[in-house]
Order: sequence, then structure tokens, then C-alpha cells
Amino acid sequence: MPDSIPGYIGQSVPRREDKRLLRGEGLFVADIQLPNMLHVAIARSQFPHARIKDIDLSKALSAEGVELAISGEDILEHLPPISGMQLTTPPGYQERVDTDIQIPDQPLIPHEKVRFVGEPYALVVAKNRYLAEDAIELISTNFDPMPPVATTDDALDRNAPLLHENLGRNVAAILHTKKGKGAEALKTAPHRLKRRFYHHRYAAMPMECRGVVADYDARTDTLTIWSSTQVVHWVRREVANSLGMPEENVRCIAPDVGGGFGGKGHVYPEDILVAYLARRLRRPVKWIEDRHEHFLNSTHSRDNIYDVEIGFDNNGRIETVVSDFVVDSGAYSPIGAGIAGNSIAHMLGPYDIPNYEASSKIVLTNRTPNAPYRGAGRPEVGFAMERAVDLVANELDLDPAEVRFRNMIKADQMPYSVGLTYRDGVPIVYDSGDYPKALERALEELGGLKSIRKRQKDALSQGRYIGLGLGCYVEGTGVGPFEGARVKIDATGKIVVATGACPQGQGHETVFAQVTADLWKVPIEDVYVTVADTAHVTMGYGTLASRSTVTASGAIQLASDEIKEKVFAIASDILETGVQDLELRDSGVGVKGVPGMHISFRDIATAARPGWGHKRPEGIDAGLEVTSYYEPPTVTWSYASNAAIVEVNPATGQVLIENYVEVHDAGVLVNPAIADGQVKGGLVQGLGGGLLEEITYDENGQLLTGSFMDYLLPSASDVPPITVIHQETPSPLNSLGVKGLGEGGAIAPPVVIANAVCDALRPFKAEINSTPVRWGDVAAIFGDDPFKATSTTTTPEMDE
Amino acid sequence: MDEQSISLTVNGTEQNAKAEPRMSLADFLRERLGLTGTHIGCEHGVCGACTVICDGMAVRSCLMFAVQAEKKEIKTIEGLADGDTMHPLQTLFSEHRALQCGFCTPGMLMTAVDLVDNNPSITPPEIKIGMSAVLCRCTGYEGILKAVEAYAMQIKGV
Amino acid sequence: MKPAPFNYIVPTSIDEALALLEEHAPDARLLAGGQSLVPMMNFRLSRPSHLIDLNCISDLAFIHDNKDHISIGAMTRERTIEESSLVRSTIPLLSEATQHIAHLPIRSRGTIGGSISNADPAAEYPAALLTLDGEMLVRSKKGKRRIKASDFFKGIMDTAIEPNELLVEIIVPKVPPGTGFAFVEISRRHGDYALAGIAAQMTLSGKTVTNLRLAACGVGPCPIRLNDAEKQIFDDGLTEKSIQLAARAAALEIDPKTDLHATADYRRRLTAVLTQQALLKAKERAQEIS
Repeated sequence: MPDSIPGYIGQSVPRREDKRLLRGEGLFVADIQLPNMLHVAIARSQFPHARIKDIDLSKALSAEGVELAISGEDILEHLPPISGMQLTTPPGYQERVDTDIQIPDQPLIPHEKVRFVGEPYALVVAKNRYLAEDAIELISTNFDPMPPVATTDDALDRNAPLLHENLGRNVAAILHTKKGKGAEALKTAPHRLKRRFYHHRYAAMPMECRGVVADYDARTDTLTIWSSTQVVHWVRREVANSLGMPEENVRCIAPDVGGGFGGKGHVYPEDILVAYLARRLRRPVKWIEDRHEHFLNSTHSRDNIYDVEIGFDNNGRIETVVSDFVVDSGAYSPIGAGIAGNSIAHMLGPYDIPNYEASSKIVLTNRTPNAPYRGAGRPEVGFAMERAVDLVANELDLDPAEVRFRNMIKADQMPYSVGLTYRDGVPIVYDSGDYPKALERALEELGGLKSIRKRQKDALSQGRYIGLGLGCYVEGTGVGPFEGARVKIDATGKIVVATGACPQGQGHETVFAQVTADLWKVPIEDVYVTVADTAHVTMGYGTLASRSTVTASGAIQLASDEIKEKVFAIASDILETGVQDLELRDSGVGVKGVPGMHISFRDIATAARPGWGHKRPEGIDAGLEVTSYYEPPTVTWSYASNAAIVEVNPATGQVLIENYVEVHDAGVLVNPAIADGQVKGGLVQGLGGGLLEEITYDENGQLLTGSFMDYLLPSASDVPPITVIHQETPSPLNSLGVKGLGEGGAIAPPVVIANAVCDALRPFKAEINSTPVRWGDVAAIFGDDPFKATSTTTTPEMDE
Repeated sequence: MDEQSISLTVNGTEQNAKAEPRMSLADFLRERLGLTGTHIGCEHGVCGACTVICDGMAVRSCLMFAVQAEKKEIKTIEGLADGDTMHPLQTLFSEHRALQCGFCTPGMLMTAVDLVDNNPSITPPEIKIGMSAVLCRCTGYEGILKAVEAYAMQIKGV
Repeated sequence: MKPAPFNYIVPTSIDEALALLEEHAPDARLLAGGQSLVPMMNFRLSRPSHLIDLNCISDLAFIHDNKDHISIGAMTRERTIEESSLVRSTIPLLSEATQHIAHLPIRSRGTIGGSISNADPAAEYPAALLTLDGEMLVRSKKGKRRIKASDFFKGIMDTAIEPNELLVEIIVPKVPPGTGFAFVEISRRHGDYALAGIAAQMTLSGKTVTNLRLAACGVGPCPIRLNDAEKQIFDDGLTEKSIQLAARAAALEIDPKTDLHATADYRRRLTAVLTQQALLKAKERAQEIS
């Protein structure tokens, strides 16, 4: 661990990224302009389910400015589908969790049938996007519509048409796991409660849509791809495989990326298609997704139905949790069984529960595919579990906070073996933290449980409805399989770092500079960080699943440790002092306690060179450059307690959040301001999911919410007063003590809001077991007459 | 469609370029004038990332055709800084953590400049309403509002 | 999404615009602020063969103070109306309605004529004009006519303007002394289209209501005059009970739809709540002035 010198870790160092972004000098994929560039527009299915009989491209091909038009049939020989197993499942996982996984492959452009509204069936390459879109309209098609599999009920029906005939079923995966006695334990439970919960479909919706630019160099047979992606190495791998090129000849760069949140966390058909087109046409090719396409074609998320049964005793101790849930995966499942696997692993949350049984079906429907979005299964399962906890409390007339305290794992029980297996195949152990303390602090911040309940009672006597909503969760972070980093001491003595992390606003260039500067005890200005470029790190994984702070720092540390051995060996030799008497200082190595005896990194780098005049001792290879891969032992566990006070307007059903508190623990925070921004940003996304955002299909599989007019994102006016308190329990799993936190903020808000409204409407025994929480539904709980509950009060002004 | 010549002032400099009538001002700025700082987030006038200042007022550049900008004075994010000297709002954005991915930032800055410069006595609740015009998916808005409030204080001379 | 190609024409006078309309109707569209039309064109849902840009006709943008009415040119920007002290002092309901329209950058370009001609059922101006008893002055090559607001809005996005006609001016009577007003709406987020909105204008003489006009937006195919609600107040005055009865009457005389954002029932509920709010606020303001 970095020692007594105040380092950069823990400091809210201003971001390096800010200057260029504030000046309009960022480089997003749509900003890339190359000479002779062509532009792609994609023809997209208007049918949710149809056989492709015929596609006539002739008029499009002869339209103004068009270079090429292709359909699925044209690429059938050249480009294989994307494998359904982009996300691999480690052997350890399949040994311990019952899995039946058959994820369908996704064709780049289908040639037999289309399976969701928005699926591509042809594309045009033209001089500019305007002309390309004109040409798309000239494509004539003959589709044979099939009955749509519009919902999971449709999909599971015995007579349902099959989306993927070769699968033989509309199910991509079935998972099952058990702990203790599983469902059997319900039989002896003093109390049981059973409910269905629904967490609806919504999406990451970054402000920057997706986009790909590809440039092929015929002289060297190399491809450069710029993609607004979270996984440059995955893109490179898939493109190299598809085009039969060595990975070395394919470079993938994610320039500035305008948000991802999981929606850009896998390889899409366009990543490969645009690369193929660039090579085929020998000209740079650009495809920029527009917002309407984004609604149709970029992955959606959530959309789970949970059937849950809880067994508990008279004291509110939960003994058994049984859950059976269905994921509406849409037409494909790019991240396989990952979301459901997460949900299953996270359901028991921060609670000490001996019996558990969970089953899940990942169901295929004629909808846009479902892939992880910030939280990736945890918001869905958190909604079910945290609603259930409140319902248990209601049954016994106990305070929901009290029930949580009674069930929570205590700090002195850490590390705590859960008895389940994580997605990485390793048995789950909550490594550190104080769950009850987080809940206590959250309640304290709102005035303390007693005073909250008193306020609530007093308000009710005045015809006002105030509620307390709680949401507690744990989050496995820093997942493997690995991350890569290359560290180098440059000839000028600067520390140069490249890592496979792919930021979309997380400030990685700053964060990893801080970590590196502390590792090497240099001023942060002497550290240069490159991210998201496959040319700089041979193998990398990417930024998703709240993993980069842990895994990229880990890789940077491994590589640095290896170089340090060399550095010290060379310094020891030159300074003629034993390694144990040397220390890192002043951008070099010096003898402890002897200010005059020092050698700079620059001079060490020179000494380390190969060839004549090198100054390396015997046994030390040339160069100060190492690429390392950090393979985390398993995930490290962040957690949070959320609490909010809301007031419900009885006349209009509007929900006013008076105060929202999140006590969040992600271990040591490298850059507290950045960490805070991540949690708060996620939190506001969660509020959107709980109250505003909704993707809706009609009963025929047509998408009804295809623009920002219908899909409502939280704006500045929608944000309530928010307090985030960071509880920093260092992770014992890595030497920096860090945990991941990118996703956390988005996990609890939907259930916190639902719980708060139900708490406020306790007199009506209200139950809200689905999202989003709608004003109209809340108003209806009060009865038909908006004036009945408020005869003595004026309705509070909600809108202004 | 035939291209038309357009003559306008952008960030204080006179510019001449051609565009067909259906080309949006946003695309024109980005592609014909190489000013890619203005971003396109939706093309239906909701997200606000494309906001520029036209004759002193914030407008959605995705909802104007380039030909409509004839003889107008446009200011984009590239015109805020004075060489190496950042505009005070840019400095405040960084200090208050008002950006993460930076994609909405052009829209936020230009909207804020219009709001505050044209109404220096603007209050925090009015700032909250005014800044609702632009969507941000990363920050949760807290830093943005703080930065704009601080800018208003500066302009007012407090 | 990029719009389909179109022929672009920029008249510099009203006569020129009228001639163009005569020639190219009905496939031509008029481009005012563009804040509603251009998104539709970008989606390729609207594909006019000719786009007639009104933004260079300076004669169409003005706010004039006349003896008993204010006249506003159709191309006057919403932002200009919002900032006009003349409007605020003489027909303040229009100022308040303007504040609810979307966001400032939209109002920088959006025009009153564009909004009224577009006639979105949830738009604020149509309801405000119904309450203000406004008139629309419409011109064609053949002449001109004045259309009262109550005759102007016919249905969803449907007005009394003929394909060869141009809306040139909006005429609003100045309010008599002792008049209070209120424009209230509820939307899911600030700046969104109203789930329901009420425009109210009330004149008091002492405790007597001498004039009351109420209109609702967002709860029917076009703005709806709340005749039953008004009658209730004329009959029984402004007691708490009477206002509630008026509010309930309002909820029954509208024609709301269920859509992605709200059910018809919920819109009825909001209409009742907002009618009560609007009446109370207008009453308070009328009393302040007296």
C-alpha cells in the first residue's frame, strides 16, 4: 500500500478529460471525418416476426450517390452470425448451478426471417447519410408476416411459433439453484407469503447513440475501427474472426464515448458489418445510429416477472426465499444468461437467510434484445426482494426497518459465506462491510426512525400522506475473468499506462493516473494513460459490471510490480546499494536517508536499453515495459442502504420525493468526487426507472415508445434533494482496498419509491408490486373523488 | 436537391459554405464547418445536446435548416473560450463536476449562457427550470445546477 | 433521421407567401418556428413537396397595442411574448400560458401562429385563446376573414384554416378591470405536454362574478370550453362547495383519451383538481386587483 506520503488516491483530483470536453474538442465517433468516407443507412423491419421472401435492391443501387446495397443473402457466404456465447460461463459455474443454456446466434443481417421490429434486413452505403436514407426507401420487399410472439406468455404457450426453429423452443436458458432445504423449507414455515412482482422494460439510453467508423489500409491489410463501445477487445476479436484476419491486424478504438451504462457492453452486428464494408469497398465507412434506431435496435433491459414465496417466523426472521422468474429477452440474448445469473446470485441481498431456491427462464420474444443495463439483474431482483421484506413487515405489523435489521448480516459475521455461486464460478463470500450501520446512517440522515414515524402520524392526522421507503442491496463488483494493462517507463522517464478499460464518462484517464502516480510516487502530470485502444494492450476485457477500478488497477499494479523489480535491480547496481536500502522517490530511486544518492527513472530507462552501452546487471532483460493480466480471485462486495421520504398528493397521486439518502460502500474511493458522481448519476437513472421511463409494446409486438416524446428521461426538475454518504470499508481482496461502484446507484430507487408510496398509503393497505409507479394508479388508491381526502387542505403545488 | 450558398457568422468569424436546404444547421456546423463540438442526440428537439446560440438566443440546431441561418450570428461551444482562457462557466463546470461523458455538455453550456447572460438576476429555482431544457444521463444534474448558479453569482457581481 | 428532399422557398412578403400557397397547396407546408414540423420531417412522417419559410416576412412579427385589444403577428416568437411587458400588463393569461410551453430554446424559435395552426390537443395557446375570446385573422389571395377561437379549433391537429390560407394575426381583447386569471397544468415533467391544463379568466365586481371563461387543454381533440363548470359558478358563486361542484362538472364535460402517459379517468381527475386550482387562483388575483 502507498505509505506515508500523501498520495493521489483518496483525492478528488480534477479530471483530465474535462478540458477537451468543455471546449468542444472531444472526439466522439460521429466526429470522425476521413477523406473519401461513405455513409451507411440500415433498412429495418417493420414486422415483429416475418419470413423474408424477397428483397429487391435494384432501385436503391441506382439511386443518387449510392455505392453499395446489400441484404442478408449477400453476406451469407462471407460473414457468420455473432455467437450467442459472447459472455462465457466458467466451468465452476455450471458445476454448481443447474444450467440449460442454448443462446441463439445473432445474424449480422438475417436472410430467412426477421424477429423484432427494427431488426436490419438490408443496408445502403452512399455518399452521405441523407442520400443513403433516400435509397433505403427505394428497397422493395416481400415479407410473409408470422404471428408475433409478443409476450413471454405467448412465447411459452405450447402452440407458440418458434423464433429460432433450430432451438426447438422459445427459451434461451433455464437456470436453477438451491441453498439449504430450498422450497421444501416453506412447508414448515410459521408464516408464508406469496406475490408476483413485475419490473418493467426500460433502457440505458445514453445521450450518444451508437456508431462505428472503419478504415481499411490495403497496403498493410489492416483495419482500424472506431466504435462507441465498452468492449474494444471483444469487437476486435469478433471482427478478426469474422473477416479471417489476425487480431494483430485489427485495431479497435473507442474514442470519447457519450455514456454506455451497459447498452454498449457487447458486440453488435454493426461493429462487424461496418468493418467488412470498409474492407470490401476500400474506403472509410461510417454508420451513426440515430435516436429512433437506438430505440428499436440498441438493447433494452429489465422486463422480468417474479413469482416469489417467502417463509418467515413471528419475529420477522426470513427463513426461506423461493423465486421463479421469467426474463423477456427479446429476440436474442447477447449476454446469454448473465442477467438472470446475476439476479439469482444477488437475491438474498444483505440478509442471513438459510433456505433459498431460484429458477429462471430466459424467454425469447419478438422484441428488441435484452442485455445488461446498469445493475444488470440486481434492480429486478432487488425490487422483488425488498418489496417482499416490506410485505413481511406488514403481515406482522412490524416496522420494515426493524425487519431489515433483524435479518441483516452483522459486521462481525464477515466474511460471510452465502452458500451460492457467483457468475464467475466461485462460491459467494461477502468479504467486508457493515450492512446494519449503513441502514442506521441512512435513517439518521432522514431524522431517525422514531421521528420519521412521528412525522408520518402527525401528517396523517392532517390529511397528508408521508411515507418512508427503504431499499438495501449488495453488489458483486470487480468481476473477472481478467483485465489487461501495459505499463512502461518511457525513455523520458514518464510512466506510460495503457489498459483495456473502456470508459464512457467514468473519468478513467484521471483515476488510473492517480493509481499509477501513487504506485510510482511521481507527480500525476508524469503519468500518461491510454484507454480503450486494442493497439496498446494485447488482451483486455472492457468496462461494464462495475469492474474497472478493481481490475484495471489490479493489472496496473501487477505490471508495475514486475517493472519495479527490474528498476530496483538496475538502481541497486548503479548506486551500489542493496535493494533493501532503496526507495522510490522524486521520480526515481534513491538510497533511504541519503538525499544525494538518487537515480532518475529517465536514467534507469536509458540504463535498461538493449545493446551496446547498456547498464543492466547480469540476469536483467532489456526494457522497462510489462503487460500484465489481473485475474481477480472473485468479486468483491459493495453494498448500500437507500432511504427516502416521500409525500403523496391524494388529489393527483403525484409522488414528491422530499429527501433521498443513499449510504454506499465501495471500499476505498480513488477519486471521491468521481465516485460521488457515479453513484448520484446512477441514482437519478434509477428514479427514471421507477417513475418515468417505460418501453411499451402493443399486443402485436409493435414498439410504441420510439422517441424522447414518449420515453421520458429525468430532467433537472425531476431530481429531488439527494444525499450520498460514502462508507468506506476497504476490500480485503486487493491491496488498494477498492471495490466497484459504477452500477450501484441505479439498483434501489425503483423499489425505494414503491416501498415509500406503499408506506404512505398504509391506511389503504396499498400494494404496488410493479414498476413504474404511476400517478394515476396511486391516485386511484384514494378512491374516485379527488376532493374527499383534502377537504381541509389545499393541494400542494407539485409542478412548479 | 441543389446546394445553396450560405453566408453566416460563427463564433465571430464570417463563414461561407454550401448545403442543400434539408441539411440541418447541426449537420452543417459539424460537417461543413468542421465544428464537431455541437452534438446530435435525437434530431427531434428534445435532448438539447445540439443547442447553439443564434442571434443571442439558445436554439435547437437540429430543428433549423442550415439555409435558415443565412446572415445570422451563431455561437457554439467552440466559441466560448478565448484562446487558452476558458469561459468562466467552463471552469465552473469542471470545478463542480458538471460533466462525465461530455456529450450533453455543449447543450448545457450554451443553454446556460443564454439563461444567465440574458437574465443575470436569475434565481436557483429558475435555473433548475431553465436547465431542464437539456437532458443529461450521467451526472444527475447536481453539479450542472451548482455550476450555473455559481456563474449567475459571478455575473451578478456577488 | 434526415428529412426527405423538398423544394425550399423563402417569400419576403405576405402576398408572395399567399401566391405560393395558392400554387402549391395542398402538398406545401408552411415553416414557422419549426419546433413541431421539423421533428415530423426528420422522422419522415411529414414529407412536403414544398416548404414555404415564413421567417423572412418581417410584417408577420409584431405585438401592437390597440385601444381595446392587443394584436400579435402570427410569426411572433413565443419567447418574445413571454418577455413582453405589454402582454403581461394587458392580457396576462397569455404570458402565464407561454411559460408552460416546452423550454426556453424551443420558445426562442416557436411562434404563436405555428402553435395555433398546429393545434396539438395538449397545446397551451389554443386553450388560452378560447378563454381569452381571441380571434384569428386569416388571409388568402382572395381576401381575409376573422375566425373566433370557438370556431377555429376543429379537432386533433385540425383548424378552420383552408389549404390556401395563411394565419397572419391573433387578436385578443384587453381584460376589463377586476379580472383575475390562471393557467395551470399538470405534466409528467416540467415542459412536457400537459396531461391536463386549465385556462381561467374571471372578472369580479365586489363578490359577484361578472365574467368567467374556462377552457381545458389535453383532455379532448381540441381545447374544450367548460360551459357547465362556468354555469355552476354563475349560479352559486365562489364558495368552496360551489368550486368543487364546478370542478366535478368540468371533469364530466371533457372528452379525454387514454394514451401512454395517462388514462382517460386520470385525466378527468386532474381536470377536476386543476379546475379548482384555477378558479381559486383567478379569484385570488381578481381580488388582489380590486
